[in-house]
Amino acid sequence: MIRLDVRPTPSLAMSVLSPVIALTVTVTLGGLLFLALGKEPGRVLSMFLFEPFNGARALTELGLKCTPLILCALGLGLCFRANVWNIGAEGQFLMGAITGGGLALWVTNAQLALSPWAFFPLVVLAGAAGGAAWAGIVALLRDRFHANEILVSLMLVYVADLLLSWLVFGPWKDPRGFNFPQTVNFSASTEIPRIVPGLRLHWGFVFALVAAILMWLFMFRTYRGVRLQIGGPAPAAARYAGFSASSAIWTTLLLSGGLAGIAGAFEAVGPMGQLTPHVASGYGFTAVIVAFVGRLHPIGALLGSVVLSALVIGGQLAQSRVGLPASVSGVFQGILLLSLLACDTLIHHRLRLVGWSRRTAP
Amino acid sequence: MNRSFTRRIALGALLLGATLAACSKKEAPPAPAAAPAPAKPEPLKAAFIYVGPVGDAGWSYSHDLGRRAAVEKLGADKVTTTFVEKVPEGPDAERVLRDLVAQGNKLVFATSFGFMESIVKVAKDNPEVRFEHATGYKTSDNLRVYEAKFYEGAYLAGVVAGKMTKTNTLGFVGSFPIPEVLRNINAYTLGAQSVNPKVKTRVVWVNSWFDPPKETEAAQSLLNQGADVLLQNTDSTAVLQAAERNGKLGFGWDSDMSAFAPKAHLGSVALNWAVYYEKSFREAMDNTWKTEVTKWGVKEGMIDYVKPASFLPADVQQALETAREGLKTGAVAVFKGPLVDNAGKEVLAKDAVADDAWKGAINFYVKGVEGKVPSGN
Repeated sequence: MIRLDVRPTPSLAMSVLSPVIALTVTVTLGGLLFLALGKEPGRVLSMFLFEPFNGARALTELGLKCTPLILCALGLGLCFRANVWNIGAEGQFLMGAITGGGLALWVTNAQLALSPWAFFPLVVLAGAAGGAAWAGIVALLRDRFHANEILVSLMLVYVADLLLSWLVFGPWKDPRGFNFPQTVNFSASTEIPRIVPGLRLHWGFVFALVAAILMWLFMFRTYRGVRLQIGGPAPAAARYAGFSASSAIWTTLLLSGGLAGIAGAFEAVGPMGQLTPHVASGYGFTAVIVAFVGRLHPIGALLGSVVLSALVIGGQLAQSRVGLPASVSGVFQGILLLSLLACDTLIHHRLRLVGWSRRTAP
Repeated sequence: MNRSFTRRIALGALLLGATLAACSKKEAPPAPAAAPAPAKPEPLKAAFIYVGPVGDAGWSYSHDLGRRAAVEKLGADKVTTTFVEKVPEGPDAERVLRDLVAQGNKLVFATSFGFMESIVKVAKDNPEVRFEHATGYKTSDNLRVYEAKFYEGAYLAGVVAGKMTKTNTLGFVGSFPIPEVLRNINAYTLGAQSVNPKVKTRVVWVNSWFDPPKETEAAQSLLNQGADVLLQNTDSTAVLQAAERNGKLGFGWDSDMSAFAPKAHLGSVALNWAVYYEKSFREAMDNTWKTEVTKWGVKEGMIDYVKPASFLPADVQQALETAREGLKTGAVAVFKGPLVDNAGKEVLAKDAVADDAWKGAINFYVKGVEGKVPSGN
């Protein structure tokens, strides 16, 4: 039998080197994989490691792809540290898209001429309200009835998805859209201002960066933030110290739900500019991976989002430029994630073959 | 502890960045392709984006077959193509399309409805590139649309199903309740009723184009409700295979699926995009490409009922052949009055033949289909 033992003192050097080791392992394994497929390994690897960062358009597209991931992963990191297993960020994202998009639809239909800068804070509030309300249901059921938050938050994803479908197939359908499931295109007043004209990156990205800094301050520089994290690894100690479990549930879920909701609202009024059933593209679920790749740390969430986004974008570039099938990009993404997480685990734990030693011991 | 954690992360990031930079420096100059002799004209560069994996055996696969067949016909020295599969129908599509344009493609195909807003935006910014969008409705000077009259294929499947059913109950697994899919459900039912007026159709929706487990579940529930011939407007082979496992009958959709269910397979409603892609490539090459709306059916060969099962009785084969010839000559129109919906309201007057606007706005089931269109009016 193999057992994972916690190392008494994880090596600092190894902790620093961990991403490098992971990258080396990935590049080696990936290179062999591409070689076996008859592709030029260097060229394919550069699609994942270099091309997504190459040039202004590529960088802004990367930032655009990162924005929803950062926002969702920030909240999830907080939840997971507090031992609240919210895995329904996708649903909270969708509710934010519905409330934010709904507000934009209302402004569009009412033909209000707003400055996009005046609309920006409104859409943030609307998205936050939608996401937080959805996560609030999870908090309420967990707090009052001890309902398992994993199941409740996951199930609410499907409810949000169906609600969005109902809206775009029904009352919000574009009357001149030939019955296709989509709203009208939102008016220019509702568009999130762009950072560079002509490129799609919008100020929501800056919002996400600021949110990451604020989350870091909250987690590590406030009494409340530290208190929340004690509840995670040591619930008994937290109870003994008089920290309220109920407050931890509400704070983490409302915060993470609100952030995921803002991400959804940004997606709806940002690059999409309308609501369709395809608003959900799995950001809420990918963010779970991002949160863990980022070691549940706000700055880690930023880096994790960059890694995951570059993998997705690189996968598409590798398809059109070197003819790499999408499924192979998926395998490569898996290799990188697995080695990142495995390196991290093996730094804090060691593998021991137990049973063997027990039998031979006197 | 927190501080050291942050520091570790930051250091790690720096190292990661340094490694990335090192890697990228080594690989920075992408190997320039061997410069072709300038004497010959440059081949046309065309690109495709697909919503599904090319191996779905369905929609995206049919487009890929069409792409390859058209290139083969014209010769790889005349046309070179690339494709990107599994592109989500959201903001990602715009990035992929822009990248394909940046790579010098002069003709770009987006093969799913959900790419519409993205291709409209990209077409506007790149007037020198020609764009084509399957199943959409927005056009501009450099953007045109094309689609297959899929419902003619569904009608032919209906003719066979109406003859082969023993329970007089047909099943249909629907993806999304959009006009295209509703047309197919109605055409399937009308085809069956043309040979067997007692037929009714039950529908289960899966809210996805490609989700084999959900499609299987939907098929099973239809079989449990007594349906014995299934058709699907989804892109996998799951429904046909479910019919095979249960000893019932089914059809292939999008492409020839006979290999997946030798006993259940009655025939496949198969798309042949090659006829259109060939035309499109030619027009782009000799500069006769212009904005238009293409809707092709059995007559033009874009849709057909292929690989009819060898066990079809002679009268069924005869009925199928008559219907197919009728569609080719125009003697048979799938949507022809009088038609009533399943609530008894007349939707098409006697002897009227449906026009494109009517077909584009279908939001009801015809008589014989059970249930109510989800969020229909």
